[in-house]
Amino acid sequence: MQEENGRKPLQVTTGPGDDVLMDVRHLKTYYPVLGGIMRRRVGWVKAVDDVSFAIRRGETLGLVGESGCGKTTIGRSIIRLLKPLAGEVIFEGKNILDLPRDEMKRTRKDLQIIFQDPYGSLNPRMPVGDIIGEGLMVHGMKNRKEREEIVQYFLSVVGLRKEYVRRYPHEFSGGQRQRIGIARALALRPKFVVGDEPVSALDVSIQSQVLNLLKDLQQEFGLTYLFTAHDLSVVEYISDRVGVMYLGKMVELATAEELYANPRMPYTQALLSAIPIPDPSVKKQRIVLQGDVPSPINPPSGCPFRTRCWLAQEVCSAETPPLREVAPSHWAACHFA
Amino acid sequence: MIDPQHNQQAVLSEELPTPIAGPSAVANRFLTSDNEVTLVQLGQGQLIFRRFRKHRLAMAGAVTLLLLTLMGIFAPLISPEDSLNWNYLASNVPPRLTYPGASDWRYIMGSDANGHSLLMWVTYGARVSLAVGLISAALTMIIAIIVGGTAGYFGGWIDAVVMRITDVFLTLPFLPLLILLSFYISKGSMWLIVLIFGVLSWPGAARLVRGYYLTFRQQEFTEAARAVGVSDTRIIFRHILPNAMSPVIVATTLAVAGFIGAEAAIDFLGVGIKPPTVSWGLSLANSQTYFGEGNWWWALFPGLFLLITTLSINFLGDGLRDALDVRSRR
Amino acid sequence: METGARPAFGSASNPAPRDATSSNGKMLEVQDLRVHFRTMDGTVKAVDGVSFDIAPGSSIGIVGESGSGKSVTSLSIMRLIDPPGWIAGGRILFRGKDLTKYSEREMQHIRGDDISMVFQEPMSALNPVYTVGDQVAEVIRVHRDVTRREAMNRTVELFKTVGIPVPERRVRDYPHNLSGGMRQRVMIAMALANEPDLLILDEPTTALDVTIQAQILELVKDLRRDVNTAVLLITHDLGVVAEMSEDVVVMYGGKVMEQATVEQIIKDPKHPYTKGLLASMPSLGMRNQRLNVIAGAVPNPLNMPTGCPFAPRCPYAMDVCATMPELKTLDDGRKVFCWLY
Repeated sequence: MQEENGRKPLQVTTGPGDDVLMDVRHLKTYYPVLGGIMRRRVGWVKAVDDVSFAIRRGETLGLVGESGCGKTTIGRSIIRLLKPLAGEVIFEGKNILDLPRDEMKRTRKDLQIIFQDPYGSLNPRMPVGDIIGEGLMVHGMKNRKEREEIVQYFLSVVGLRKEYVRRYPHEFSGGQRQRIGIARALALRPKFVVGDEPVSALDVSIQSQVLNLLKDLQQEFGLTYLFTAHDLSVVEYISDRVGVMYLGKMVELATAEELYANPRMPYTQALLSAIPIPDPSVKKQRIVLQGDVPSPINPPSGCPFRTRCWLAQEVCSAETPPLREVAPSHWAACHFA
Repeated sequence: MIDPQHNQQAVLSEELPTPIAGPSAVANRFLTSDNEVTLVQLGQGQLIFRRFRKHRLAMAGAVTLLLLTLMGIFAPLISPEDSLNWNYLASNVPPRLTYPGASDWRYIMGSDANGHSLLMWVTYGARVSLAVGLISAALTMIIAIIVGGTAGYFGGWIDAVVMRITDVFLTLPFLPLLILLSFYISKGSMWLIVLIFGVLSWPGAARLVRGYYLTFRQQEFTEAARAVGVSDTRIIFRHILPNAMSPVIVATTLAVAGFIGAEAAIDFLGVGIKPPTVSWGLSLANSQTYFGEGNWWWALFPGLFLLITTLSINFLGDGLRDALDVRSRR
Repeated sequence: METGARPAFGSASNPAPRDATSSNGKMLEVQDLRVHFRTMDGTVKAVDGVSFDIAPGSSIGIVGESGSGKSVTSLSIMRLIDPPGWIAGGRILFRGKDLTKYSEREMQHIRGDDISMVFQEPMSALNPVYTVGDQVAEVIRVHRDVTRREAMNRTVELFKTVGIPVPERRVRDYPHNLSGGMRQRVMIAMALANEPDLLILDEPTTALDVTIQAQILELVKDLRRDVNTAVLLITHDLGVVAEMSEDVVVMYGGKVMEQATVEQIIKDPKHPYTKGLLASMPSLGMRNQRLNVIAGAVPNPLNMPTGCPFAPRCPYAMDVCATMPELKTLDDGRKVFCWLY
């Protein structure tokens, strides 16, 4: 375990003796709400509000939740694309939120991200070869020929033709663009990859190709994934463990099998029952939640879900339920779980 | 062209249900052309030109502007009369193909009250109009990119300060200020007119540039560049500038037309270019005294060329707008 | 839904018949519809020979991926295809009359009254400067000879029907005051305002979160029990169609691939594309299995393969697929366009 610098991982969400690659502790990422002509801060959007979890080496941790739950912000924060307000992200023994500029730049090679939007995430003015190879260049590989060889290798790894290096993004379909984005993330040989809804914008038939590809690449390159999606079937398919987010908090975390078979938090139960199943003969009891997700600027006191929860009691508004282990390797934040 | 993509995805195709016929062998026959990649491999420049060529008005505008520029450059070859050595021959001659005692086409556009041919006014005048338009627009955009780009990329208080300054500039009344400054400062110098145009016009363009920098700063490709460790400077110049360039080029093009019109206007008001330099605006100004006497050609030809020039520039700008949009696949 | 007596149709110049069907019991028949779009690189055949029909009060879904032509089909029924697009051929018979022959003025009487539509993005479909109540009341007043007050009362009633809490207050809200789910309820209220014979839902839940999607789907199901309106649902999500529709039309590359009951499509798809689509959807409990995928990508609309558009990606492709197969009606009543059958 990473105890080189005297820190012991906060074993919140993994079992003992696990090989933890990334340990996230009390992460808080708030966005200022600006108001008035002077654009002064009048409040905070608590996008990620005191979230702790750990990711084992080689696993895929899936995050699900509805828009505004903070799953995207977590992905951006733990690779320091956003500056969190507080908390620690221990990656291989070092808190990457404290790293000085040059050391952070070196660490960036290990931490990569695949974006949701296959259109917005590729610079339309750059040929594919430069898009994939730029990371190599800024990390010191100045020889163009050498770079191009690596770029071509990764193009073939993601199932594209090597000849595509000089083409521009607009010449490709959405699925192909997503493969280019994956090649860019892989070119630096990272250890950890955030997949920020990487298949959400793709057609069903293309989505499955990319999911299979991501699984293959994980095996081949020994990657660790943090994978977010709003499609629960997709998350279950790709993840080893799944965390459920609601209003900036992690409300449940368990292995995929356990979570989907035995959800403990009422929100997770509602979320799972909401998935439309392509089988007209399955008549299921659907939990239809009333109302909408409250504003993250002014979240409810206590349990964030209590305003829509059918089990809510007085204790739910008085006390925020902690994420606690309700069954072996199954954490839930609910007073009644 | 057969698409090898199909075979390359070994990972993917092996997962297909057992087919009746082999998928690649038969299926490829239907791909009469490369189905996945739309466009034949072309460079960015070729692509832009290909799209531009399809815009007929813009092509016409570009050709016209080229001819106008050549006309300005080769004015001494076209006009028998020189702008400095004015050789008086006959005043108030209506347009005609030949004139006794004159070389063939000197009075093709007629002559003014002083006997100077309108051909001379138009050809030499093109030099001033085009030069003022182009240089002012270039100057405006350089200021705009520096100011707007800085404000847009860094945001925060830098943005707030810079944008309040542009707001102040934008509230100044353009025309009266232009007349005042031209009158007191330029003293008929073309270069000072250009400078005044630049100083007065950058704020609008700076807002435009800032807007694009703000947008592109938040785009995922900028974030992706940061994720692989690319520096701010490189992001500003290698990533955002090329994307912000096309609207800037279009705006610059359209600004050229505006500056040509503004230059003619201050000449017309008598605070711009001074004789012996000739310009279209000056010619128009001189014509008004004699307009009542039926010397229609005196106002018509400079005015017509002014109109053709600004119209051509606007068509060109429209065409560039469409052609430079890499995302348009039309 | 209780509505009271239906006011007489306003315009005397257009005494539209109110019987919901044509002589053969079909309310809407789309026959060999072709919709083309002119682009700088050539003509795109967005919809290329699509036929299906809808019986009164039935529920049909059109499923397809991007570029399949499903949305263009629904817009054509509303005659909302604007240049550079146009209806290049075929007929859209509504109660036996061909909508493609209608003038724009005649279509305005149909839209929002006999046929109405709910779009994917409720925010852009609502005008931000009017209250949602005014906008729904407006739709009623355009088609019915009622007073402003009557229209507003009916709007409040409609809001109650679509499950908007405190409808008396919500009618005075502006679109930006409402959440995405509430806005979509307003859109549904607006679409139902004049009790249309056909309600078209174009990806009604795609922009919404899962739990809000569940609310809207339950609402539409409830409404279908109470209101005798035929529903045409356009979606890319087979799960949504399976829950909502009785019949499904599967589209690909501007053409119909297969049409059958939901049961048949889900349990026993016949067309290779439908099979591939179902196999490539991860469903719960599929961990550690590989997804079956359809190789390749959706064809470029400017460069459609001749014949069956799916042939280049089809594992069963044969030489004969270079010509588009004819409609084949199988013994169980389903319609397939494939040379395998």
